[in-house]
Amino acid sequence: MTTLTLIFALPLLAAIVLAFVPRSFAVIMRAVAVGVTFVTMLLGILMFWQFNGAAAEANGYKFVSTIPWLGAESLGIACKFGVDGLNVGLVLMGAIVAFAAACCSFEIKTREKEFYILLLVMTGGILGAFMSTDLFFFYFFHELALVPTFIMIGVWGRGERKNFATFQITIYLSIGALLALIGLIALYLQLPADVRTFDIPTLTKYFAENTMAKSAQMFIFPLLLLGFGILVSLWPFHSWAALGYGSAPSATAMLHAGVLKKFGLYGLIRIAIPFCPEVAQSHLQLIAWLALGNVLYVGWVAMKQKNLNLLIGNSSVAHMGMIFLGIASLNLIGVTGAVVIMIAHGFLAALTFGLSGYIYNQTGTLEMSELGGLAKKLRFIGVAFVMAAMAGCGLPGFLNFVGEVSVFFGAWQVPALRTVTVLAVWGALIIGAVYMLRAVRAVFHGPAQENRTYATNATDANLWRKLPYALLIASLLVFGFFPRLLTDKIKPVTEQIVNMATVKSAPPATSGTVVMVESK
Amino acid sequence: MSLEISVVALGILVLLADLWLPAERKRALGYAAAAALALLFLNTFTSHCSCAATGEAFGGMFIQDGLAVFFKRFFLLAAVLVLILAVEFADRIAAGISEYYSLIVFALAGMLFAASSNDFAMLFVSIELITITFYVLTSFTRGKVAALESGVKYLILGALSSAFMIYGIALVWGTTGKFNFSELAMVSPNFVENKLFLFGVLFILVGLGFKIAAFPFQMWTPDVYQGAPAPTTAFLAIGSKAAGFVLLLRFLFGAIPSVTAHWDKLLIVVSAITILYGNLCAIPQRNLKRLLGYSSIAHAGYLLLGVAALNAAGQSAVLYYLSGYLFTTLAAFAVIVIVMRHLDSEDISGLAGLHQRSPLLAATLTLAMVSLAGIPPLAGFFGKFLLLTAIIEQGATNHGYYCLAFTALVGVVISFYYYFGVIKAIYFGKSANDASPITMSLPMKAVVCVCIAGMFWLGLMPSSVLKLANEAVAVLK
Repeated sequence: MTTLTLIFALPLLAAIVLAFVPRSFAVIMRAVAVGVTFVTMLLGILMFWQFNGAAAEANGYKFVSTIPWLGAESLGIACKFGVDGLNVGLVLMGAIVAFAAACCSFEIKTREKEFYILLLVMTGGILGAFMSTDLFFFYFFHELALVPTFIMIGVWGRGERKNFATFQITIYLSIGALLALIGLIALYLQLPADVRTFDIPTLTKYFAENTMAKSAQMFIFPLLLLGFGILVSLWPFHSWAALGYGSAPSATAMLHAGVLKKFGLYGLIRIAIPFCPEVAQSHLQLIAWLALGNVLYVGWVAMKQKNLNLLIGNSSVAHMGMIFLGIASLNLIGVTGAVVIMIAHGFLAALTFGLSGYIYNQTGTLEMSELGGLAKKLRFIGVAFVMAAMAGCGLPGFLNFVGEVSVFFGAWQVPALRTVTVLAVWGALIIGAVYMLRAVRAVFHGPAQENRTYATNATDANLWRKLPYALLIASLLVFGFFPRLLTDKIKPVTEQIVNMATVKSAPPATSGTVVMVESK
Repeated sequence: MSLEISVVALGILVLLADLWLPAERKRALGYAAAAALALLFLNTFTSHCSCAATGEAFGGMFIQDGLAVFFKRFFLLAAVLVLILAVEFADRIAAGISEYYSLIVFALAGMLFAASSNDFAMLFVSIELITITFYVLTSFTRGKVAALESGVKYLILGALSSAFMIYGIALVWGTTGKFNFSELAMVSPNFVENKLFLFGVLFILVGLGFKIAAFPFQMWTPDVYQGAPAPTTAFLAIGSKAAGFVLLLRFLFGAIPSVTAHWDKLLIVVSAITILYGNLCAIPQRNLKRLLGYSSIAHAGYLLLGVAALNAAGQSAVLYYLSGYLFTTLAAFAVIVIVMRHLDSEDISGLAGLHQRSPLLAATLTLAMVSLAGIPPLAGFFGKFLLLTAIIEQGATNHGYYCLAFTALVGVVISFYYYFGVIKAIYFGKSANDASPITMSLPMKAVVCVCIAGMFWLGLMPSSVLKLANEAVAVLK
C-alpha cells in the first residue's frame, strides 16, 4: 500500500476492526481511534513534506495509486487516488482535523463503540473523497462520510432541537448530494460512448480539448452549483448548517464544518467551473451576490445569536461567502485565495467547535447569557478562543488573513464585482469582528455568574486535552507565517483551472496576479 | 431443459420422501432440498450444463439464452437461501412442512420456466405456476387470521390480474394471430395503430404489473407481505418480483419493441408514481414486514426506471439491481425469521436491544437497510447509480427522464427516514425486557454471511456481475 492509500484506508480498516471488539472495552475504542488518526495525520504530514520532491504523472498528480479490485472497468470507474496542489493541502488539513476530532471525543460517554466506528468511517470517507481522482469514488467517499454525520447528530447530539436538526440536515444534504450526483452522471454522459470514463484527469483533458455543448452546460452547471452549493451552505440554502452544527457532538461538527463541507467547494473548483466554462462565467455574478448573502445576511444573523454554538455555526457559514467570492472572481489570485481559506477555515472551524464543546462539557450550557468570566477558570481555553476569534476576524499572522486578502485582491480585479467586494470587505471586517468579540466578552470576560455550578467546578484543560487545540492553532500560525508552503503548491493548479475556465473570454491579467502572489 | 426437469423431479421427491420419513426428520428435508438446489446452482457455472447451450425448444415456446441463464441462476440462489430460512421457520408451521418445501421448489420451477418463456402460453403457464403455489404458501400458517387474510387477498387480486392478462393475450392473439414472441416482434410494427391490439398489450401489462407490484396494482403487497410466513414473503419479494421483471423485459423488448418505443411516457409515469407511493406509504409503518412491503413497491419503481429507460444500460441495470436486491432483502428476512420468533406483532420496537443479543444479526439488518437506502459501499448504491445513469442518458431525447430522475432522488431522500428508523430501533431503541442472547444454527449463519458478502461484493466489485448482466440483455432489443 502506498502512503496515499494508507491515509484513507487505515481509518476504514480500524473501523472494521473495532466492530469486532466487545463494547465493554471503551478505552480500547478511544485509544484505537486516537492512535489511528494520529498515524493518519503523520502520514498526511509526510505526504505534504515529500510533495515537492515527488515525481508527478503527466497530468500533474503525484503519489498516484490505484486499488485495482475496486470499480468497474466497463463503465470507466477505477479506484484511483492522487494529489496535486489543489488537494494536497486539503488532505493534510483533513488528517490534522480528524486527529483533533478524535482527541476531542472524550465528551462521548455512551455507546462509544458505535461513535468511534462512525468517526473512523467518516474520517476515511472524507480523506478518500479529497484524494480520489475518479469522479465516481469522489462521490462515493463523500456519501460514505456524510451518512455517519446524520447518525452522529441524531444519536449523540445535544439540545432540545436535536431531532429537528437531524431531519433538516439529512434532507438538505441528501438532496444536495443527489443533485450533484445527477450532475456528475450527466457530465460523464457527455463523453462519446466508447471513451466514457470517470477519471478526472482524462475528463479534464477531454473537456479542455472539446468544449461541452452549451445546452449541456446549461443543464449541468446549475445542477452542480445547486448541489454543491447546498452542501457548502451557500445562501439561501444555509439554514441547515448553524442548527445542525449547534446540535452535533463536537467531533462531528469539527469534521463536517471543517473538512467534509469543503467537498462542495472542491467540486466546484475542480469540476464544475473548468468543465462548464461558458455557463460558469455567466453565473459568476450570481455566485458573487449569493456569496454576499452569506457574508452579510448570515453575518447579521450570527450577530443576533444568543447561543455560542449557533453563533459559531453561523460564522462558519458566513466564511463560506468569502470562498465563493474568491471562486466568483475566477482569476489566479482569487481562486488561490479561495483554496487557502478552505484550508484555513478547516482549522478554524475545527478549533472553534472543539473549544465550544469543551466549554459545554464544563458548564452544561452554551447560552451566552448564562456564561461569563470563564477566562479566570479556563485560562488556556480562553486564550485559545481569543486566538480563534482573531483568526476569524482575519488578523494578520493567521492563515485566514492570507486567504481573505488574496480573495479581496482577486475580486477587486474584476470590475463587475467591485460593489460586492466592497460590501464583503465591510461585512468580513466589521460584522465578523462584532460577533466574535462580543462572544469573547460574553463568555470569557466580565464577572463570573457565581450562582452557577460551573463557576466553582470548571477546570481548565490538562496537557492532554490542550493538544488538539494547540495543534490547530499551530497549524493556523505556521501556514499563516509561511503561506508559500501552500500557495506555491496551489498556484500551478489554479492557474490551469482558471485558464481552462476563461479560455473563451478575454484573457485575464494573469501576469500581474502572479507577481502579486509571489511578492507576498 | 434438464435443469427444469431436475427441479420438478426434486419437488416430487420431496413430496414422496414425506411419506416415508419419520416426523422428527422431516424438518431436515429442507436442508436436503437446499443442498440439491445448491448443486444445481453450482452446476450452471460448469461447462457440462444445458445452460451453456443456447437454443429453443417446443417450437420456440421455450428459449434458452443469456437472459434466461442469468435469471435461472438468480432464482436458484434465491430458492437455496429461502429453503434454509424455511427450515429455520419450520417449528412455527403446524403441519405439512414437507409440502411447504416442495411448494417452494415448484414455485422455483415456475420461475425457471418464466425465465425461458418466449410464448404467451409459456408466459401464462409459468405465471400461474408461480402464483398458485404462492396462494398456498402465503396462507400456510393457517391458524393465523392475518395469514388467511393475506392468502385470500392474494388469491382474489391474483385471479383478477390473471383474468386481465388472459383477456389481453386473447386480444393480441386475435389481432395478430401470433403466440410466439419472436414472431410477434416481426409483425407488431404493423399493429402499432390498432386499438384492439394496444388494449391487449395494456391488459398483459396489468397482469405483469401485479406481479412486480407496480402502481396501480400494488394494493395487495403490504397485506400479503405482513400476513404471510416470513420465508414466503422473502421468496415473494425476490423470486416473484424478479420473475415479473424477466417476463416484462421479454415481453416489452422481445415481443413488442415497436410498441414499447412509443410507451416511454406511460413507463415514466408508472415508475415515478410507484416510487413515490411506496416511499411515502412506508413512512408511518411500524410492522417490519409491512414496511418492507411498501419498500418493495418503491423498489419496483426504481427497477421500472431501468425498464423505462428503453436502452440496454437500463435493462442491465435492472438485472444488476435485482441481484443486489436478492442479497439485501434476504438478509433482512433472515433477521426477521430469527428475531421475530417470539413476537406476534413483528413491530419494529421488537428489534430494540438486538445489538446486545446478537451483534451479527444487528449488523446484518443494519447493512440491509443501508443497502436498501442506496448508500455506499453496498449493493443498493451501485444499482441505483446504474439506473440513474441509464435514465439520464435518455434525458437528452426526452426531458421527462430528467423529471423521473428527480422523482427517484426525492424517493431516495424519503426512504432514508424509515430505513434509519429501523437502524435507530436496533441500536438506540429502549431495550425490551428480553435480553437473552440469540443462538443461530450454522446454516442460518451461512445465509447471513452470504448475504453480507453479496452486498459488499456487488457494492465494491461490480465488474463481474455487470458483465454477466450486460451479456444477458444483449439478446433483448
